[in-house]
Amino acid sequence: MQRVGVFVCWCGSNIAGTVDVQAVSDALANEPGVVFSTNYQYMCSQAGQDMIIDAVKEHNLTGIVVCSCSPRMHEATFRKTAAAAGLNPYMVEIANIREQCSWVHKDMATGTEKAIILGKAAIAKVNLNAPLTPGQSPVTKRALVIGGGIAGIQTALDIADAGFPVDIVEKNPTIGGKMAQLDKTFPTLDCAACILTPKMVDVAQNENIRIFSYSEVSEIKGFVGNFDVTIKKNARYVKEDICTGCGACVDKCPMKKVPNEFNLGMDNRSAIYIPFAQAVPKVATIDPNSCNMLKNGKCGLCARVCTAGAIDYTQKDEFINEKYGAIVVATGFNPISMDKFDEFAYNRSKDVITSLEFERLTNAAGPTAGHLERPSDGKSPKTIVFVQCVGSRCDACAQKGKEYCSKICCMYTAKHAMLTRDKYPDTEVYVFYIDVRTPGKNFDEFYRRAVEEYGVKYIKGMVGKVTPEGDKLKVQASDLIENKQLHIDADLVVLAAAIEPDKSARPLATMLTASMDTNDFFTEAHPKLRPVESPTAGVFLSGACQGPKDIPETVSQASAAASKVIGLLVKDKLTGNPCVAHSNELMCNGCSSCERVCPYGAITYEDKEFRMPDRTTKTRRIAVVNPAVCQGCGACTVACPSGAMDLNGFTSKQIMAEVDAICR
Amino acid sequence: MNNPYLQEELLKMSGVNPKKCMKCGKCSATCPAYDEMEYHPHQFVSMVNSGDIEPLMKSQSLYKCLSCFACIERCPRGVEPAKLVEAVRLAVIKKQGQNHLKADAVPTMLDEDTPQQLLVSAFRKYSK
Repeated sequence: MQRVGVFVCWCGSNIAGTVDVQAVSDALANEPGVVFSTNYQYMCSQAGQDMIIDAVKEHNLTGIVVCSCSPRMHEATFRKTAAAAGLNPYMVEIANIREQCSWVHKDMATGTEKAIILGKAAIAKVNLNAPLTPGQSPVTKRALVIGGGIAGIQTALDIADAGFPVDIVEKNPTIGGKMAQLDKTFPTLDCAACILTPKMVDVAQNENIRIFSYSEVSEIKGFVGNFDVTIKKNARYVKEDICTGCGACVDKCPMKKVPNEFNLGMDNRSAIYIPFAQAVPKVATIDPNSCNMLKNGKCGLCARVCTAGAIDYTQKDEFINEKYGAIVVATGFNPISMDKFDEFAYNRSKDVITSLEFERLTNAAGPTAGHLERPSDGKSPKTIVFVQCVGSRCDACAQKGKEYCSKICCMYTAKHAMLTRDKYPDTEVYVFYIDVRTPGKNFDEFYRRAVEEYGVKYIKGMVGKVTPEGDKLKVQASDLIENKQLHIDADLVVLAAAIEPDKSARPLATMLTASMDTNDFFTEAHPKLRPVESPTAGVFLSGACQGPKDIPETVSQASAAASKVIGLLVKDKLTGNPCVAHSNELMCNGCSSCERVCPYGAITYEDKEFRMPDRTTKTRRIAVVNPAVCQGCGACTVACPSGAMDLNGFTSKQIMAEVDAICR
Repeated sequence: MNNPYLQEELLKMSGVNPKKCMKCGKCSATCPAYDEMEYHPHQFVSMVNSGDIEPLMKSQSLYKCLSCFACIERCPRGVEPAKLVEAVRLAVIKKQGQNHLKADAVPTMLDEDTPQQLLVSAFRKYSK
């Protein structure tokens, strides 16, 4: 029989306001096994913990029940207290009488009754607790960063600087991401390429960093400290280590009518291409959907002009296996499709463009070499209308856009409007806004400059429809301050399209068993206190995959994620969770039910010889759990038809005892 | 001015929740009858929400709304302003003698180009 001590916490008035803590400690004192019961204002404080340690020694306690807040909050605290008192830390049970009791009840009598019941259940469980010892597992000192935009680049550089090897997996032929497509960056207006490309070169030159470009993650197994990842390196039909990036093949390729993704289809590229001049790695890639040689065996011009002999039409996709201690997700974002917003005529006129397309139109390396020209006829626009919140802040039932604010649009629209007025002062620039949101250092000042110094016409209201008519775009909009409907003949309309997580994020989350919200943004372990960690151990978040973010915020988060990774990789051993499953080999019938439900691949089968009562030997197939891989989810214990599978710390017996105590 | 009973009735009749409005003005931006209206679609939403309904009931705007539902189609928040205009109109014409279109007045309006369906729908909209 255990000797149990019960400690009821008031949590100031959080619990004591709705639960009669004295009545709870008095009632629980009479439970089987309980030899000591008390209550105190703050059990988690130093004085409270000392009270527990003293009681353990004075009453020779073998088990502790703390009636307090959620175990997510202070279970670890009280386990340390138990260890300090010389007890096994797993001899502690928490009865959650705050989140699940005092906070949800208003009436003292019912709150107290429920708190007593929850306490009884915890006592019933602790009576069946056994000391548990966690195992230890080694840490592979290498990190994987998925996504090579500014988030992935910054994370990789920081981890590499700390001395750990890092691999970046990027699905495009080059790293750089969205930032490489931008013209200037708010609020300082430094050119994006000028600050990004040196970092890309740093990545290429860093001895600790390997870049897997044109590649994707195809399988992830294992667990924190010991991930086993398969990377699929797509065939680019060019030998990466030999190609010098001279560009002769690109010049000679006869297939020059392929829409250029980097310029969002506003100009064309050849079938063999290098996305942009500063690409890293600066290696050509053949697009198999456009290349004549790959499609029907006719051409081969690039192979003939390549003096390095780097072209290889027979190249196959390659699969690389590597082990990692930590994985950082940096998969980024994309603007949403404008297909559902017919009223803005995006699909009917070339002169209705998205803001990212506007970036390319004003970028010196873009399709117009930086001259602001209308896509339809190349004329310079005299009247430009910017529309904010296109697809952002939509009602969930409307099914057209996203419910959230995309966060970056107000600032980049102010930037576009300001730069247009700066370069082309004879251009009329209208910005239609619902709210202008500029919370950031020097952000509101920047927006005010666009209005006050550059004369951008900010109009509170929304554009209702855009109608192409002749070479004009008829814009019908409301001006809510002046209570007018406006009709503007515009030459160019720029839509600030909402942003959404990259499509690769959802399947990746499934592979990682990392959680996501309804918008497919990765969920952080705690929205305030653990913002760069996924709830899945060993998986970290960097950049817009976690939520809309501008560059300064992305870089901060990228460095934060890197520091968390470094904190993990410097450890030689990780202490595991002892609450793992185990199989009773005498009861296991080898049916494989548990193996099929295990999300972590922790269960294998082996043949074992058993000595039978008649002294013969029989070989039976039985389940074996790898405790280092098991995460203690308990799925196998439910699936097992013979009751052989059980979970340490949460055995079926313990749980039934809790249920019995509640129903008594 | 504030009439909570009438407000509740209008919200029930229309099924509209004006609190969902984020005051972007896209309804009024999209409205083809804007210039004809004294109170515009976004004002209907705002004034019903604040209970300032009497001016709307007296306004000719009720009969200028084409019921084209462009505002419903394009509202990013799913507020459905045209349904609110419709509800205010119904609240007016359902009172005794408040029909906006009377049968006696029809002959004077007729000409060869007026389709019959227009009259049918006008009666449906403007009379009890």
